[in-house]
Amino acid sequence: MSVESSQKFEGRNLELSSGQALSEFEIAYTTYGTLNQNKSNALLVCHALSGDADAGIWWESQVGPGKSIDTTRYFVICSNTIGSCYGSTGPASINPQTGTPYNLSFPVITITDMVNAQKKLIDSLGISSLASVIGGSMGGMQALEWSVLYPENIRTCIAIATSAELAPQALAFNAVGREAIISDPNFQQGHYTEETVPRHGLSIARMIGHITYRSDESMSEKFGRRLLKKEDYGYDFSTDFEIESYLKYQGDKFVNRFDANCYLYLAKAMSYFDLTKKYGSLEEAFKNTQANFLILSISSDWLYPARESKRIVKALMKQNKPVTYCEIEASHGHDSFLMENDQLSKLIQSFLETTHAQ
Amino acid sequence: MPNNSYNTYILNNIPNGARVLDLGCGDGDLLDQLRREKNCQGYGIDIQYDHILACTKRGISTFHGNIDEGLSDFSDHAFDYVILSQTLQQVTRPLYVIEEMLRVGHKAIITFPNFGYWEIRLRLLLTGQAPKTKTLPYEWYDTPNIRVVSIRNFRHLCHQNNIKILLDNQSNLFSKKGLFIVESGK
Repeated sequence: MSVESSQKFEGRNLELSSGQALSEFEIAYTTYGTLNQNKSNALLVCHALSGDADAGIWWESQVGPGKSIDTTRYFVICSNTIGSCYGSTGPASINPQTGTPYNLSFPVITITDMVNAQKKLIDSLGISSLASVIGGSMGGMQALEWSVLYPENIRTCIAIATSAELAPQALAFNAVGREAIISDPNFQQGHYTEETVPRHGLSIARMIGHITYRSDESMSEKFGRRLLKKEDYGYDFSTDFEIESYLKYQGDKFVNRFDANCYLYLAKAMSYFDLTKKYGSLEEAFKNTQANFLILSISSDWLYPARESKRIVKALMKQNKPVTYCEIEASHGHDSFLMENDQLSKLIQSFLETTHAQ
Repeated sequence: MPNNSYNTYILNNIPNGARVLDLGCGDGDLLDQLRREKNCQGYGIDIQYDHILACTKRGISTFHGNIDEGLSDFSDHAFDYVILSQTLQQVTRPLYVIEEMLRVGHKAIITFPNFGYWEIRLRLLLTGQAPKTKTLPYEWYDTPNIRVVSIRNFRHLCHQNNIKILLDNQSNLFSKKGLFIVESGK
């Protein structure tokens, strides 16, 4: 039996890293399963850049009854991050002071801000200790931030395909994505309307993103150099290859479900994430953590390569913290963490079971 | 000789509360014993996913990695003891691995099956074939043991490379296993 419920949390006075504050904000969240009497079986799942609160859908491979993040056993909470556009307060929301959308007047937010907002939500549910905070990619950054900011409130931290600071190559891809949006004539300093969204820019940003989330191997396997419904090259600048059409499809699909301003804010939040900068060193950042860590990388992930995960592990080991590291064998690149993967499921499940039993 | 007899010997030679790193930790038997009986803290390293999973099920922290590539993810003298039990004969660069062990640990414990054991000597002499014994049951073409090392070989290696032998289990040709505790002589 698994109960699923989607709700809204209304929070106040969120102090932000930029020095600004949100006097009021909303968080959309979904819970799965039942909170036990002593509220010890709650865990928080954090989503990646384009995700939402419905972990049971976007992380179907791990979250559900009998799965590694077992909703018959744990009370699984997933909230849409602030700055996003799936129900939580972000640039697309109405500014209560003006009655119009924030757009670019929304304060720039960070991973820290997202976590601070989540903490207010968790507090409102009366949960003082989370069995785990789990996430991949940007969700992994949030999980790490939780372990550092609220060491007493989380018992385990599972960070997958992520890093303690965005590597220069990933920073660069992020910048190109933002540039594509900003340089779209429809962008209008973020003041576009529903009819004039910067479709082209947002679509290109997603196309670039999608390439970085996959691997050379998976693209070769899935598309190769196959031509799209033609026998030979067109000798023009229309779409020749299947991979081109697939990318365009991914871009178009994304435009219909995501807001361009939100993309800018969330990409920026990832770019700013840097535990070393904030604490002087990574070892110093993890000095007071109390969680047991499971740090996982993906063998074919070149956007968040294994080296980034190992840096986290090394810093934790220097501080004598309990940490397990594993490189998961998967061929689909960064996004592999979202897909069915036996190695990934088994490790998450065993880690949660062992640590939860202790 | 079963692995746990090595473990008993290692256990007897490690002080309470030591920080240990177990290279090629397998399913975590030794670390589990060290934790329970000696209150040791530490990590295992193993190349196989199944071993990482087995250790996770026992609540033992492990690092998925190849010890042949060195221990560059670990800082100098981070551990009291670095253990390489029954794995020396399987590494491609044994000297490099031992030097790395002595960099990240104050002391290293190394155990290996003795290829100079009298039975092996005798079998080679009598049959003219690469010997198979209970300790070394593999065919020559299908063995994980790519290094043929005897107790005397190991002593010689230490001597040549300024590695100080702190404990030599008075091993000789009647010993199936070699067990050494060493530290850097530099």
